[in-house]
Amino acid sequence: MTDKNKSKLCSVMNDTINWVDARFPLTSNIKAHLTEYYAPKNFNFWYFFGSLALLVLVLQIVTGIFLTMHYKPDADLAFGSVEYIMRDVPWGWLIRYMHSTGASMFFVVVYLHMFRGLIYGSYRNPRELIWLFGVAIFLALMGEAFFGYLLPWGQMSYWGAQVIVNLFSAIPFIGPDVSEWLRGDYLVSDATLNRFFAFHVIALPFVLAGLVVAHLIALHEVGSNNPDGVEIKKVKDKVTGIPLDGIPFHPYYTVKDLVGVAAFLMVFSAIIFFAPEMGGYFLEANNFVPADPLKTPAHIAPVWYFTPYYSILRAVPPILNSQFPGVAAMGLSVVAFAFLPWLDRSPVKSIRQRGALYKRWLAAFVVSFLVLGYLGTVPSNVWGQFGAWLGGADRATVVARIFTVVYFLFFILMPWYTKKDKTKPVPERVTG
Amino acid sequence: MKTINNVKKLLLAALMLPLMSVANEGMHLDKAPVDASNHESLQRGARTFVNYCLNCHSANYMRYNRLLEIGLTEKQIKDNLLFAGEKVGDTMKVAMNKKEAAKWLGAAPPDLSVEVRARGADWVYSYLRGFYRDSSRPTGWNNTVFDKVGMPHVLYGLQGEQELDHETHELKLVKPGSLSAEEYDVLVGDLTNFMAYMAEPAKQQRNQLGCFVLLFLSVLLVLTYKLKKAYWKDVH
Amino acid sequence: MLNSVNPFMHEENMSDNQSDKQQAGSQTCGCSQVDQDKRNFLIATSAVGALGCAAVAVPFVKSMTPSERAKAAGAPVEVDISKIQPGTMMTAEWRGKPVWIINRTDEMIADLPKHDDKLSDPASDVTSQQPVYCKNEGRSIKPNIAVIVGICTHLGCSPSEKMQHGGDMGDAWTGGFFCPCHGSKFDLAGRVFKGSPAPINLVVPPHKYLSENVLLIGVDTEDKA
Repeated sequence: MTDKNKSKLCSVMNDTINWVDARFPLTSNIKAHLTEYYAPKNFNFWYFFGSLALLVLVLQIVTGIFLTMHYKPDADLAFGSVEYIMRDVPWGWLIRYMHSTGASMFFVVVYLHMFRGLIYGSYRNPRELIWLFGVAIFLALMGEAFFGYLLPWGQMSYWGAQVIVNLFSAIPFIGPDVSEWLRGDYLVSDATLNRFFAFHVIALPFVLAGLVVAHLIALHEVGSNNPDGVEIKKVKDKVTGIPLDGIPFHPYYTVKDLVGVAAFLMVFSAIIFFAPEMGGYFLEANNFVPADPLKTPAHIAPVWYFTPYYSILRAVPPILNSQFPGVAAMGLSVVAFAFLPWLDRSPVKSIRQRGALYKRWLAAFVVSFLVLGYLGTVPSNVWGQFGAWLGGADRATVVARIFTVVYFLFFILMPWYTKKDKTKPVPERVTG
Repeated sequence: MKTINNVKKLLLAALMLPLMSVANEGMHLDKAPVDASNHESLQRGARTFVNYCLNCHSANYMRYNRLLEIGLTEKQIKDNLLFAGEKVGDTMKVAMNKKEAAKWLGAAPPDLSVEVRARGADWVYSYLRGFYRDSSRPTGWNNTVFDKVGMPHVLYGLQGEQELDHETHELKLVKPGSLSAEEYDVLVGDLTNFMAYMAEPAKQQRNQLGCFVLLFLSVLLVLTYKLKKAYWKDVH
Repeated sequence: MLNSVNPFMHEENMSDNQSDKQQAGSQTCGCSQVDQDKRNFLIATSAVGALGCAAVAVPFVKSMTPSERAKAAGAPVEVDISKIQPGTMMTAEWRGKPVWIINRTDEMIADLPKHDDKLSDPASDVTSQQPVYCKNEGRSIKPNIAVIVGICTHLGCSPSEKMQHGGDMGDAWTGGFFCPCHGSKFDLAGRVFKGSPAPINLVVPPHKYLSENVLLIGVDTEDKA
């Protein structure tokens, strides 16, 4: 290209951008959210997962759109239409595996993203709303995953939906009516499948997209936290007003996130192409058997991302002949995250300045989460039984009970141990 | 209150049923010789499947012309595998009516398209070799991996009749069939191999493509890393 | 390049703890202060990334093409033509479309060349409308048997059979088809009459004879589906 052509192209682009800017805040938005959004320069490994979650959301929406072109939300046809996608639709298997793997990977990145928030105190003042939007996204995501899991209409789909919908009947007084209303029938049936399809493909994706926008708007309003828990807006350049420890999101974090994207896609592709069932954790063997309302499969367990909460449900014994306490504990174990901004009374945010007390509690929580997660995937007699001195109770159930208590103590005792903890002073500037 | 009780039962069932599966998990399964690249084995398995299984079991999601992938020609499919009136583009349907089949056999024979994905290849392989004589069963047959199985031993003419030694839990051939034990194992191995292929015909393509995708992505990873380094060199 | 206008086109960027350097961000068009390292990897990453995106798009686009089920349903159909009396026709179905099989009498065949001057494309010069082996006066393999897709080339209605002379088609009519939607007229070889809304002749599908009386519609050579 000659210089003359170059400058001509330049002025055409200039004119186009000016034309748009006079009608739509394009440049100002790009500046506000990318080129002049100043992010702390010390983001580490844990900061990849927000953009990755966004990537997976886009992948799920795109693959989902293409799956709906072939899927049939009809109890007689659903199972067959999934196999139709796997065999008869050109490249259908790839799109389906992308979607099924994407569902699990969504939870992987979201759990890691939440863990980042935990260790660096990203939920603390002034970021409480970002955190609340995030918890709402997590809840919507769980709903999305649950509704979506019914659609293949396999045995796991069917009985998983059956058990979860029946959880609602444990609610005192209105419960039974609520679950019947949710199903639209006296059992999980075609009516249930059809409405779950509606929730999965339109209602919840809308909610999710809206919440993600709110999550980002709130984030860009107050600015990102960082591993040091330093507020970078406190130290600004006197002339430009730009935080001295901030760098523009674009290009610095866009190019950095691209590295994360490439690495993530390698893991994602490895699963899709070499282990789409992921040893039964991502796609369960029993889900290759069509739903049969008359026959419960021998071993039913929820998909791995629900198992910590499922373990809590199983661990809580019925009280006064009611299943409600278990159901309530399960619900509370998820909603508990929303209270973190007000439970944490520490003067510092980041784990880097926290004392041993907090670190121990966090470690205990992570261990509980993982142990409960594992126990939720296996039968409760997996470790055999204690002797008669403990009433011959299942060992795994007792262990699940202990870790359920630890799980909740992490939240309940947080005001106490965060206040009592010995903390280091927060540095003036980020430490790089 | 009644519904709550039902819920309790259900939840209990959800908790108790895993117990039953443990018994299954402890069961010994023989390793199935699955090799999707062995086209001869797949072709032999396809023939066995069509001749012996397809009389009662359908494979409703499997199209005959997909067998072109395992090296059969359209003519071979037409001449050797199709029933009269079927086209190569048809799926492997079965003429038996599901309701009537349930009446005759106690339960309708399941569709076998994705059986291997539901049970595992080793299970199918062990199952097909695990039939033994049991006079307490209405069909006269029982199975070491599927206790009280509803299906009689369809391949007994080939394998012969086995009996279970209840002390050692070992099977013993008491009446030989038309094939030797080794030949029968090959036949069942081929059949299992075919059923594994049929459960996910795109698997080979998936694995091959995966190598290219990972190779491509590793190049992309290096480039993005270099790009990041180039941009970040002025951040201190 | 366009740093002052397009905020995405950073080539020379700033380190934010040194505000003096930030001025570099507001270069004007065509400025030559370019970081070669950044530019090279930017181009390389963009190229490889674009290639990747294009490759990913392929399966998604292809997933919308006819599936194996659709192909099986659209497979060639065999038709027994022994029962069609001369001067009559039957309708077969191929890919959900009516396919007429017309057994023309000698008189009908003789009539065909007589009205060539009234036709838009008497010699079947539009190659898309018939296989090469049917580019002849009767647009057929056998002179008496015509195989024609009964879909009007105007807007896709199926024309009505008007095989008899005259009648409500006027005295000059020597037999053919009349589209009820917009009045297009075709002769017994599916050729369109001038003045019809339909622009070109009716389609002759690929077909071949498996035997004297068995016609296979939808395929002409052994291996082409």
